[in-house]
Amino acid sequence: MTQTDSKKKKTLRGAEIIVETLIEQGVEVVFGYPGGYIIDTFDALYLYRDKIKQVLTSHEQGACHAADGYARATGKAGVVMSTSGPGATNLVTGIATAHMDSIPLVAITGNVPLSALGKDSFQEVDITGITLPITKHNFMVKDINELADTIREAFKIAVSGRPGPVLVDVPKNIQQQTATFTPKPRVQKSVGTLKIGERTEKAAHILSQAKRPLLFSGGGVISSGAEQKVVALAEKLNAPVACSMLGLGSIPADHPLFLGMIGMHGSAAVAKVLGKADVIVAIGARFSDRVAGDPNKFAKNAKIIHIDIDAAEIDKAVGSHAYILGDAGQAVDYLLSTVIPHADENWITECRALKEHYPPIDSKGALCPRKVIRTVAKFSPPERIIVTDVGQHQMWTAQTYPFRKPRTLLTSGGLGTMGFGLGAAIGAAIATEQPVILMTGDGSFHMNMNEIPTCVKNGLNVKIFVFDNSVLGMVRQWQTLFYNKRYSSTTLGHPTDYVLLAQAFGATGMILERNEDAESTVKRALETPGTVVVDCRIDVDEFVLPMIPPGKSADDIITQLGE
Amino acid sequence: MKQYIVTALVTNKSGVLTRVSGLFARRGYNINSLAVGATEDPKFSRMTIVAEADENTIKQITSQLDKLVDVKKVSLLEQDKAVCRELLIVKVNMPPALRPEIESTCNLYKAKMVDLSPVSAVAELTGQPNKIDAFIGVMAPYGIIELVRTGITALGRGSDNIYALEDYNDMF
Repeated sequence: MTQTDSKKKKTLRGAEIIVETLIEQGVEVVFGYPGGYIIDTFDALYLYRDKIKQVLTSHEQGACHAADGYARATGKAGVVMSTSGPGATNLVTGIATAHMDSIPLVAITGNVPLSALGKDSFQEVDITGITLPITKHNFMVKDINELADTIREAFKIAVSGRPGPVLVDVPKNIQQQTATFTPKPRVQKSVGTLKIGERTEKAAHILSQAKRPLLFSGGGVISSGAEQKVVALAEKLNAPVACSMLGLGSIPADHPLFLGMIGMHGSAAVAKVLGKADVIVAIGARFSDRVAGDPNKFAKNAKIIHIDIDAAEIDKAVGSHAYILGDAGQAVDYLLSTVIPHADENWITECRALKEHYPPIDSKGALCPRKVIRTVAKFSPPERIIVTDVGQHQMWTAQTYPFRKPRTLLTSGGLGTMGFGLGAAIGAAIATEQPVILMTGDGSFHMNMNEIPTCVKNGLNVKIFVFDNSVLGMVRQWQTLFYNKRYSSTTLGHPTDYVLLAQAFGATGMILERNEDAESTVKRALETPGTVVVDCRIDVDEFVLPMIPPGKSADDIITQLGE
Repeated sequence: MKQYIVTALVTNKSGVLTRVSGLFARRGYNINSLAVGATEDPKFSRMTIVAEADENTIKQITSQLDKLVDVKKVSLLEQDKAVCRELLIVKVNMPPALRPEIESTCNLYKAKMVDLSPVSAVAELTGQPNKIDAFIGVMAPYGIIELVRTGITALGRGSDNIYALEDYNDMF
């Protein structure tokens, strides 16, 4: 050991070791909520407050979504901290949300002292047991000498390979004991090195023979930072690009090769092209049931080349004809250097014609949700982050907003977590120090609007557009289509006055009722400093179309409603 | 559906068995038996899992297992290229008059009688599962009081070994 190393060594409390390790790992902000069994670590956060920022939310769930939103906006691991018992269980939905969408997150929970463990002590819960299936890995630290390395390992696991959430549970006595802390370098994200061989050559060979290729870009492209490479491959092949919802922004929406979103509420053009393509390259996408409702009928005329960093995704849902196991960027680089394009000359023209043939259709209500979304886009720079909750407004946003850059759409895809949006918007606003848009519905908004005070206290510019139809629109849509209009428990009818509500929390409220006012109200909302809630009153029977009914294939797409 | 033998080297820590069995439960994989024990290296335990699966599912099982941080190496063993053994301990009714007959049956199967009472006996047998099945079959008429079997533990034949495999998580 060199002299400088030994000088850096110091004896610290476990709580301080946690905070020192977070700082060492480049963490700038911790989202969280204190409590009895994490009080020591919050005490350490207080001592280190000039080096690391604390964001106190109204509820641990909001903190967890905020850490997730921070991670989605930056690509860095988000950090959330809570106490044991209810504090820890309140993180569960947020952790599961991050897990389903492969978002790097490190959750640190306090727990009862080891001597009280397993005795049903006050605020004791087996959080490592509870989060076992929703974390990439989790730890309980039972030896203070393993504390710092465990946290380092948590960061390494969270960001490497296919990212995901990692939880570290630290009993109170470990936070209070002292040990020697030796600083170490920041762990690096590792994605491995692509192995080139017969398998990759087969993929390149199939793609070289493609006459009607389609690229299908998923969240893995953004997580890998491979957007420009994917665009370059599309340009080389002259192939259209479809995005999964989490892949939106991986190719600019105004790029001539962008075809649209794939899946249950994807574009009809993509659905048609899926049936015509002869080779589909799925990059960092996992063919969820919202993409391939009927995996046996998915793109049945096409050979599938699957690129994924997770070996377990290959052939999990849809069988592949060739695959490349590894980082999306490296895999696409390999294809770029080896593939000899042979696409039919009129293929892209045919795809573009389909795109023109199926434009998004505006509704005829007094206020059309797509119109509001387009107006927000009109007044927003390309790098502006749009966060959504879950439901109809999410689909309208995904279908309509022209995402031009990666990490500009933050949305809960896999878990479909209503109530995700406001917390995630807080995380994104803190990460970027820029205004952030939240598109939400009255259902989702009422789940976690308790975080408006968090926005206001922190001086965040979160512009909240509540698509207010007084119903749980997406479920109601299914009830209309598949349950003979039996609207069981979907009529919300909240009496909420959004303007007064916003004011009560110290924010600004506005009402938008007619298309004619969309421009002026949206502009006013964006120009008003601080947090703004816009009550966008839309019709109760607005629909999300097109729609592929659950379990069905692209051939069963509904593009228009019968009268 | 076919029977597959999965062998895995896992870290020797508390909770690892839960992680593995939890994975099988939540993903709906069928598990016939799971045997686990210490290895020559105190850092690791060795698991032998017998699973019923089709070809796609067994691929999923091994790759999902491989992703667990505590699972270091995973592979499939082919029955004819592996030594597969199971231990049976069986307690049967044994009135004094039947003792010679039961003893000779045990000898035939190379089972060892390890405990006696005036009316019963405990026998142990190690072997391939089909041999265990057959032995249980011949003991049944005497009246089996209770039995326990370990499930298969197995090791590949020849000099190849699990340490030569790559740890999936080391790729990153």
